[in-house]
Amino acid sequence: MKLTESDIADNYNDVWVLGEIVEGQVHKVTLELLGIAKELADKHTSKKCKVVCLLMGSKLVGYELELFHKFADRVIIVDDESLKYFNDAIYASVVSRLIKKYKPEILISGATSKGRSLMPLVAVKIETGLTADCTGLDIDKETGLLLQTRPAYGGNIIATIKCENHRPQMSTVRQGVFKSMEADKTRTGELISETVLEEEKNTRFTVLSEEAYSEDSKINLHDANVIVTGGRGVKNPEGFKIIHELAGAVKGAVGATRATIDSGWISYAHQVGQTGLTVQPEVYIACGVSGQIQHLVGMQSSDFIIAINKDPDAPIMQLADVAIVGDLFEVVPVITKLLSNY
Amino acid sequence: MKIVVCVKQVPGTTEVSIDPETKRLIREGVSIEMNPFDTYALEQGILLREKHGGEVIVLSMGPKRAELTIREAIACGADRGILLNGRPLGGSDTYATSYILSQAIIKIGNVDLVICGKQAVDGDTAQVGPGIAAHLNWPQVTYVSRFVESGSSELKLERMHESGSDISIVKLPAVLTVLKDVNIPRIPTLKGRLSSRKSEITIWDETDLKTDPNKIGLGGSPTRVVSTRKPDARDKHTIILNGSASDSARELMKILKTRIEL
Ligand SMILES: Cc1cc2nc3c(=O)[nH]c(=O)nc-3n(C[C@H](O)[C@H](O)[C@H](O)COP(=O)(O)OP(=O)(O)OC[C@H]3O[C@@H](n4cnc5c(N)ncnc54)[C@H](O)[C@@H]3O)c2cc1C
Ligand SMILES: Nc1ncnc2c1ncn2[C@@H]1O[C@H](COP(=O)(O)O)[C@@H](O)[C@H]1O
Repeated sequence: MKLTESDIADNYNDVWVLGEIVEGQVHKVTLELLGIAKELADKHTSKKCKVVCLLMGSKLVGYELELFHKFADRVIIVDDESLKYFNDAIYASVVSRLIKKYKPEILISGATSKGRSLMPLVAVKIETGLTADCTGLDIDKETGLLLQTRPAYGGNIIATIKCENHRPQMSTVRQGVFKSMEADKTRTGELISETVLEEEKNTRFTVLSEEAYSEDSKINLHDANVIVTGGRGVKNPEGFKIIHELAGAVKGAVGATRATIDSGWISYAHQVGQTGLTVQPEVYIACGVSGQIQHLVGMQSSDFIIAINKDPDAPIMQLADVAIVGDLFEVVPVITKLLSNY
Repeated sequence: MKIVVCVKQVPGTTEVSIDPETKRLIREGVSIEMNPFDTYALEQGILLREKHGGEVIVLSMGPKRAELTIREAIACGADRGILLNGRPLGGSDTYATSYILSQAIIKIGNVDLVICGKQAVDGDTAQVGPGIAAHLNWPQVTYVSRFVESGSSELKLERMHESGSDISIVKLPAVLTVLKDVNIPRIPTLKGRLSSRKSEITIWDETDLKTDPNKIGLGGSPTRVVSTRKPDARDKHTIILNGSASDSARELMKILKTRIEL
């Protein structure tokens, strides 16, 4: 529904972050989003925006303190047995009702599978716009509107999108796009508790059981300081052996390009890029990777980039801080050996 | 089972560029194809029809040439196709697109299941499937990785998320978005290709759909693209090492030492 200018000006405030808990901990992306939410709230000078974190689930005790430390002014907790599993229908009803009650100006969520399932349901229920996978968020100085920047067409184009007459302005953001702020342990905030209504629990969808991936099938690219990525240059599944060895020697994680995943050499969980993960390690070592834009958008914010490629003109070589022109099958094992003897 | 598969026609994305003068996408001469993620949705529709009977209807909104994509889907085994095409429908964002598609699903009538791809490779939003579910007020199951059991009135499905998976039951009618793990799409047969050429494709515009004019096209879209640009090039000084493998490796070690703890 289109809102009037005065309705927006008078009634819509606050920057909301849809929080997520994974395995008993606040999701990293939630903490990152609180940082950018604070920045947006500060920049939105025409309004007094609070940073609000909405947290939903079952048995949610003791999370608010960390959220306050990371710059939430207010935490709204909805703790109910019916939210134990991710039932998007119940979640969407609750979020929509709370939006109508509190009228946030902006609502951001992680572009996780849950965020990407829930946010579009909510956007349609509330009749507002939603921008997926934003890589930049800013407040337009003149209009106070949220400027949402995102790649489209496989990263070939960067578009800036706004949502003028509908509220809240909604975006999803991938993990690793924004850096989380240093915690301020002196901060506290306001804690509000909300409930799930009985009629909201009545859905045609039921989650029966949940299973977490086993520890060793988890490849934690987000937490790694160093990522060693193999591209089509590794030639075959066995070629990933030297990539794994180098990653082991630097205590890093293994990344991969889509070309290698499409060839079935390694699992999708390793994919970095537009349709994979966005990562920001201290050091990114790309071996046999050409550096197509769809790959670059997932790793170009790494602090330091090393590329090993036979072709000195490969696009990755321009992006790299160190470009090693050579055969990865010769160079990589030597580096691994030097590191192991170190 | 009456199944609608939503299929989008997309450009071969890597070729897209911006006209420096008009700042618009150059679409001319760009190859087009069925959104790769939608081929799994289509295959799943066909598999379910083979098991339960009924029909698979391919639904696409787009320019006239999207007929080609619909024909391709028919060649693979879909029963019939509907193209939503009309000037006022153009410029729709995901809110408006999912509204328009949902109106077509209502017009088709008695639909049991809508299957979408995980995302389209051009817009890359993954919002249209859930949007359809919300407009229809049907339950949705996103990121479906496996059909555990399929009955004619409910489905038992596996869903994937980052840290694990879950098993759920959904009562039909429902909207699903599927991952490429669900099946291996078949390739059109020659016979299928030939008969698809003769298939009648239904074309509906905004008046056929009786859509609310305030909810379609550019005007009905809450979001608006204000500018587009090429991605920034990372402007920096690159150290090039092009000696022997051992020289390069040794040189790299020196640099690495200053960056991380070895
Ligand atoms: C919509 C869309 C989304 C996409 N999403 C992603 C994504 O998320 N992630 C992604 O990675 N890609 C993605 N892609 C694909 C992307 O466009 C590229 O095709 C892919 O990144 C290329 O992978 P590559 O660099 O491994 O292979 P190639 O482009 O084939 O490059 C291989 C490189 O290895 C070098 N090489 C070969 N042998 C050796 C050797 N012995 N020693 C050293 N160097 C060697 C070659 O010189 C070459 O530069 C996407 C594409 C599209 C259209
Ligand atoms: N114009 C369209 N016509 C038909 N189906 C569409 C259209 N746009 C999106 N879809 C469907 O919605 C899914 C997600 O698209 P998107 O939200 O654009 O990433 C696609 O995989 C299709 O199944």
